[in-house]
Amino acid sequence: MIETQNLSVQLGEHAALWDASISINKGELVGFIGPNGAGKTSLLRAILRLVPVSGGRVLLNGEDITHAKPHAHARSIAYLPQGQSVAWPLMARNLVALGRMPHLNSWTRLGPEDKRAIDEALAAADATDLQGRPVSELSGGERARVLLARALAVKAAFLLVDEPTASLDPYHQLTSMEALKRACDSGTGVGLVVHDLSLANRFCDRLYLLNKGRVVASGTPEDVLSEKNMADVYRVEVRREANGTIRLGEKLPSQQSTQSGEQV
Amino acid sequence: MNGLSPLRSPVTAFAALLVIAMIAALFLGYAPLSLSDVLLALVGQGDERYVFIVQEIRLPRVLLGAMVGASLGLSGAALQGLLRNPLAEPSVIGISTSAGLGAVIAIYYGLAASSAIIIPAFAIVFAFSAMLVLVWLAGRDASILTLILAGVAISSLAAALTSLAMNLSPNPFSLNDIIMWLLGSLANRSFTEVWLAGPFMLAGWVALYLTRKSLPALSLGEEAAASLGVDLRRLRLLVIFGAALSVGGSVAVSGAIGFVGLVAPHLVRPLVAHDPGRLLVPSALAGALLLVLADIGVRVMPGETELKLGVVTALLGAPFFLWLIIHTRRSMR
Repeated sequence: MIETQNLSVQLGEHAALWDASISINKGELVGFIGPNGAGKTSLLRAILRLVPVSGGRVLLNGEDITHAKPHAHARSIAYLPQGQSVAWPLMARNLVALGRMPHLNSWTRLGPEDKRAIDEALAAADATDLQGRPVSELSGGERARVLLARALAVKAAFLLVDEPTASLDPYHQLTSMEALKRACDSGTGVGLVVHDLSLANRFCDRLYLLNKGRVVASGTPEDVLSEKNMADVYRVEVRREANGTIRLGEKLPSQQSTQSGEQV
Repeated sequence: MNGLSPLRSPVTAFAALLVIAMIAALFLGYAPLSLSDVLLALVGQGDERYVFIVQEIRLPRVLLGAMVGASLGLSGAALQGLLRNPLAEPSVIGISTSAGLGAVIAIYYGLAASSAIIIPAFAIVFAFSAMLVLVWLAGRDASILTLILAGVAISSLAAALTSLAMNLSPNPFSLNDIIMWLLGSLANRSFTEVWLAGPFMLAGWVALYLTRKSLPALSLGEEAAASLGVDLRRLRLLVIFGAALSVGGSVAVSGAIGFVGLVAPHLVRPLVAHDPGRLLVPSALAGALLLVLADIGVRVMPGETELKLGVVTALLGAPFFLWLIIHTRRSMR
């Protein structure tokens, strides 16, 4: 289990994350939602030790991660950051093979086990037919599948994913989410930052709603995606239909004007 | 990383071509020697004059050519991988220009005449100073952009100070010396230079070679690389230290030789499926091959004045650079 206890992250003068306590269990798809700048990505970065923690702690299976060895930490938690840029036109299979890095040292080469992991990751992300092509020639949707395969190839117990569906069309959004769901079903704990509330509602087992660096709600999608929470945090009308779909309504007036309206 | 194309072929091919070019270079020169003359002279047998020509004049020149070319090719490949930029080369981080400035100061103050090791020593000390500024920045988790900008600033400052030294040059002879040195050459080098620069280059090569497993991960960006267990700080330091040691050592003995560090990685990249780690060794061999060939070109070119090696590499390299920019722009579309 990944667990954060009262975790805070300070970026310069700005408190990006404040007093956040969350958990991700094995085999669970946990969504982190909230407006831009809510602290979702900072939370993932702190768990990955990519940003210094200014307060609280992160536990992996009950142990503080502060002194974990880089390769051991990388074997436990895989990360798929936002964006799709790849610096060189690497062959898709070679890109996926980078996921095996935490399992190799400077002098070892890919072994049969690594090759099997790469094949499985390619299959899980529906990218097997892309493996012989340079990533520069892939479409956005194809590239997303290859990058997801790269993260899956780590075969980590936990996978943190930042906005994997951004810039994808609806079909490929569902393809990516289904691949993550399959990873969960095979025992991986997945932490997912996602903006699309209907995807969060449909696929996540639990949600954390963040706003201004704080966790303001957590629980099942049904609890978290309440009309009140959505109005408070996103300032939009969001209705959850009886059949589970999310319907986006109008923008709400800002809180200040609401209050002054009430006073009148 | 594992490849779909064979790993060893570019290394073997470039190594074989390099050996052939180096043997060919040993034959060339004013004194016509036969194959047996050269081979006997290499092991210290035969005519004493031939032994002297091969061992004291031609061999150090060929060896230095290969060592300098390898340093430039290897540094260029590692820097392009680190900066994730196909236009990066050793002078980008200001190492070459700083080493050049050191040598120019030695010539300017007339120190060069006192001992053969003064110019190389000054060049290496100045390359180190530039490197320390960069390491100081990189040690503070500088971004790639900060590194490039700091490198450009260091490079510009060193170039400006070099111009200042030429501007204030006390007499036309030292100005001439400075200009000739800055053009880059391997003429009249001996084993003194090989032993002087060799250890620095070797240390640099080792540092750069150690980055071969981490550089490919950087293709995914710094955060993804770090999440794969790559120590970014160590990686930056290894590349900067390695490039400074090997290129500083190179500039110290050969003067400024441009474009090899830019061209060699690009020649090899398609042969290694664009893998920045597998690029390193063949790029070093390709750099060595290019410089040995360019030096053969310099020596066989007819004419009273021997062309400077740096002039020849720039003449060949600059058009390639232009082609590269146009090609990159097209493929970005």
